[in-house]
Amino acid sequence: MTEALFIGFAAMLVASSLLVILHRNPVASALFLVLAFCSLAGIYLLFHAEFIGMVQIIVYAGAIMVLFLFVIMYLNLQRDEEGGVHIALRRGLGWVAGTVVLAEGVFMLARRWAPGPLTPEVPGEAAGNTQQLGMLLFSRYLFPFEVTSLVLLVAIIGVVVIAKGRSTAGSGTRPAPGEDG
Amino acid sequence: MIPLSWALILSAVVFVIGVIGVLIRRNAIVIFMSIELMLNAANLVFVAFSQHLRSIDGQVFVFFVMTVAAAEVAVGLAIIVNLFRLRETVMVDEVNLLKG
Repeated sequence: MTEALFIGFAAMLVASSLLVILHRNPVASALFLVLAFCSLAGIYLLFHAEFIGMVQIIVYAGAIMVLFLFVIMYLNLQRDEEGGVHIALRRGLGWVAGTVVLAEGVFMLARRWAPGPLTPEVPGEAAGNTQQLGMLLFSRYLFPFEVTSLVLLVAIIGVVVIAKGRSTAGSGTRPAPGEDG
Repeated sequence: MIPLSWALILSAVVFVIGVIGVLIRRNAIVIFMSIELMLNAANLVFVAFSQHLRSIDGQVFVFFVMTVAAAEVAVGLAIIVNLFRLRETVMVDEVNLLKG
């Protein structure tokens, strides 16, 4: 049962990831990325990582993808029109390079991981996954956790500074649309 | 139970799809989505090994990776918005000031 679910989620993940990079419309790519994140959250649940699965849906499929869609809407992107020799050449090179990387990975996996040791049973049933994670996060990983807040603070300030645009420098560009502060 | 190798192979496939997406697309936003795919492939390996080694530390690292990914997406999309204001395009091969 678990294996069947894993195979189903994995097929959905691979298919939607392929559609993310192959679809011409950026909005459709973003929505397929949401589907990929949701199937990945399902895989996390199968691995007994309930907290990470829920955070995956809330943070990735919720917050980050809303940011993507908002920017796509803001920029009013149309479908990509792609043509020309150098585009085709680069696309061919991209597929070749990607296939080489995949072949390397398969080769390594076939040599080292083919027997496939089984995942053991549920690690610790004494405490829930979220509780265990919280204990670890606030004891051994307390300092990285606090540094994380610094990273987020820097990101917030950086985004405000970058996206604000320069309003005083009259460099010939049109005034920034939507000065919403 | 799910063999560890299945998760590793799935993660490798998703990572390679992300690499191919970065290489073949011109739209900076789709390139960003491909980078997200690669980060998620790494997260899948963290979770799989956390389960395999009966240690929950891997899931803590997934937490940190998600934080960094969120910050990266916010800053990157701000840069893309600024780029669009300056050049009226988000196609990476039309932004060639450094090409010489």
